[in-house]
Amino acid sequence: MFIYGPQQQKNLEGYVGFANLPNQVYRKSVKRGFEFTLMVVGESGLGKSTLINSLFLTDLYSTEYPGPSHRIKKTVEVEQSKVLVKEGGVHLLLTIVDTPGFGDAVDNSNCWQPVIDHIDSKFEDYLNAESRVNRRQMPDNRVHCCLYFIAPSGHGLKPLDIEFMKRLHEKVNIIPLIAKADTMTPEECQQFKKQIMKEIQEHKIKIYEFLETDDEEEMKMIRKIKDRLPLAVVGSNTIIEVNGKPVRGRQYPWGVAEVENGEHCDFTILRNMLIRTHMQDLKDVTNNVHYENYRSKKLAAVTYNGVDNNKNKGQLTKSPLAQMEEERRDHVAKMKKMEQEMEQVFEMKVKEKLQKLRDSEAELQRRHEQMKKNLEAQHKELEEKRRHLEEEKGSWEAQQRILEQQKLDASRTLEKNKKKKIF
Amino acid sequence: MASTEIARQAGEGARAVPLAGHVGFDSMPDQLVNKSVNHGFCFNILCVGETGLGKSTLMDTLFNTKFEGEPTQHNQPGVTLKSNTYELQESNVRLKLTVVNTVGFGDQINKEQSYKSIVEFIDAQFEAYLQEELKIKRTLHSYHDTRIHACLYFIAPTGHSLKSLDLVTMKKLDSKVNIIPIIAKSDAISKSELAKFKIKITSELVSNGVQIYQFPTDDESVAEINSTMNSHLPFAVVGSTEEVKIGNKMVKARQYPWGTVQVENENHCDFVKLREMLIRVNMEDLREQTHTRHYELYRRCKLEEMGFKDTDPDCKPFSLQETYEAKRNEFMGELQKKEEEMRQMFVQRVKEKEAELKEAEKELHEKFDRLKKLHQDEKKKVEDKRKSLDDELNTFKQKKTAAELLLNQAQQAGGSTTLKREKERKN
Repeated sequence: MFIYGPQQQKNLEGYVGFANLPNQVYRKSVKRGFEFTLMVVGESGLGKSTLINSLFLTDLYSTEYPGPSHRIKKTVEVEQSKVLVKEGGVHLLLTIVDTPGFGDAVDNSNCWQPVIDHIDSKFEDYLNAESRVNRRQMPDNRVHCCLYFIAPSGHGLKPLDIEFMKRLHEKVNIIPLIAKADTMTPEECQQFKKQIMKEIQEHKIKIYEFLETDDEEEMKMIRKIKDRLPLAVVGSNTIIEVNGKPVRGRQYPWGVAEVENGEHCDFTILRNMLIRTHMQDLKDVTNNVHYENYRSKKLAAVTYNGVDNNKNKGQLTKSPLAQMEEERRDHVAKMKKMEQEMEQVFEMKVKEKLQKLRDSEAELQRRHEQMKKNLEAQHKELEEKRRHLEEEKGSWEAQQRILEQQKLDASRTLEKNKKKKIF
Repeated sequence: MASTEIARQAGEGARAVPLAGHVGFDSMPDQLVNKSVNHGFCFNILCVGETGLGKSTLMDTLFNTKFEGEPTQHNQPGVTLKSNTYELQESNVRLKLTVVNTVGFGDQINKEQSYKSIVEFIDAQFEAYLQEELKIKRTLHSYHDTRIHACLYFIAPTGHSLKSLDLVTMKKLDSKVNIIPIIAKSDAISKSELAKFKIKITSELVSNGVQIYQFPTDDESVAEINSTMNSHLPFAVVGSTEEVKIGNKMVKARQYPWGTVQVENENHCDFVKLREMLIRVNMEDLREQTHTRHYELYRRCKLEEMGFKDTDPDCKPFSLQETYEAKRNEFMGELQKKEEEMRQMFVQRVKEKEAELKEAEKELHEKFDRLKKLHQDEKKKVEDKRKSLDDELNTFKQKKTAAELLLNQAQQAGGSTTLKREKERKN
């Protein structure tokens, strides 16, 4: 027997020590290491590889491992580069997914399809690994974030941009970026950003959302980010000296556009948000929202194959096993009912038949009794008659005997008289 | 630096690249921790032990709070598991603690079924989690995990050895939950006896193949303390919520005429070690082991029971869709078959019953045929009798008629004689 009590709040009367739990979690997470998959999408020449290198302060893309733009493809492909980076005792397995050839063709219809397929295939791998009977520690290769590069036209989103984001916003966290922001003046940039956000809202595109928190510090930062969306970035592989300090930047005749200068572009905001504060959240949203979305759609399709989906919409909260259990139970109940009904019909028919038999038995018995009585009556009658006859016979014979006697007497008397007369 | 699991997993596919500056992903552990703290933690302890071993007191002492309940009597008919959940907070850490007590354990005369309720309870929590995990629309993130993370097994301080009930129960539980055996009310044992007792218990556990929880030694930061503590198992504890003044401090203790047992004095008992290991150092590991080892084992067994496999007979790799569909078809087929069987059974019964009834009918007819025949015979007899009677009657009639004729003749003749005589007399 199990008894579950109600939930109560209790106050501690002294130090217990579970406040150390976060440290235990910290320790274990460092031991395990971290992984993150970042996807970059955009036409060639928008500075995607340079930005990645700037973000991670490494030559992820170099002459040895060239970036997507240097690999001219006829059709859109999806390629992965995996690097292992360490910092402050923390290991990070970083996977960069790029899409060379995206938007570069003359006819770009369906150039998003390989991207969708890639994301879905990673979800599928995870789902299969999760559904195995023998599960092991599952690597998380799902795409956690997609940086979408918008060309700095200054006007608005291109139809391809809108189409792509609409198709992918429910599969991955999209962070739209304005590439090569150093080709626009701050005012132009401002206008451009406003226009883009307007269009994003118009088309109901769900880009990655920065959630409000209780923390004041955090909220300040989040509000700052929200004001500057979409982030306008500049990347650079070269280090230049400015005022005696080495900085990453792009050297122009008229000055140096510094990557990490907040007045020049939003790169620092992007880096802080993507890596230093929201990396974990990006993973969590991917796991709790996008993956669950994929999974429930996939499983619903499997379980309700061939069954009217409208009927079963309310039942999606059940697991397929529970569904089968329920069906089994329903079937058992149905069978029981059927059995009962059949049993009833059976009993009824048998009763009828037996009743008929009994009736006919009673009837035959009755008739038999009747006939017997009849015969007995006849017997009796005959007995009567016989008795009567015997009586008659008896009395007649008696009479006859008397008559005979009389006759005899008479003849004797006559004889006597005759004799007397003679004298 | 020691290799991390991720690094091991990366293996051939990834290349290590140096960083030219501070990128900032070393904040990842902090990001993760912040999220966990915001979300809150949960921990579930199961206390197994006979009535009166101080389970509730120990919980109160460990968590510095008065949990609920009055002490139970010894007259429970069976083992009941009572679960209570408490929301505790220490600094910024919120903990949802569930304490499950086994009420009536060891009180029955026949204890053969004692462990069953406990196993069922543990399995029920695994089952609930499994069901949630298998749902199509699931909310694992906000699911209140009720799986038991640690089982404190209370051993009676006899000083001799484990009771057979203890061995049987722990053997049944060791593959389902992290067992931490403790010697309860250890202030009843002297120090020398205690050492022998611990050795005896440990050797009995080993010889019976009982797997108790080992504090993990793979993480260098805690490896040393954990391995030292492992050698002190089972912990001999004393619990008390009463405070006694020792020196100028109020400490938790039990006061005897011959001295005071201080709960938090490591020379007196292992309470501090237990608290250190259970709460301050390995709570997270206990949760992890429960999830990755015990729960996985339960899940694997359950799925295999239902016929799920990772590969089909042709050894093709696992496909969720195919398996579910195959399972479903098999299942539907089974149901169909059962239905058919039942129908057939009924058809059979009907046939049999019909045959029976036909037999009965036949018998009835035979009976009445016999009766009819009897009746016919009787009728014939009566007819014969009637006939003979009629014959007799006729014969008699004839006789009578003949006799009367004769008589008449005679009378006539006699009458004339009489007449003659009469005439003569007259003359």
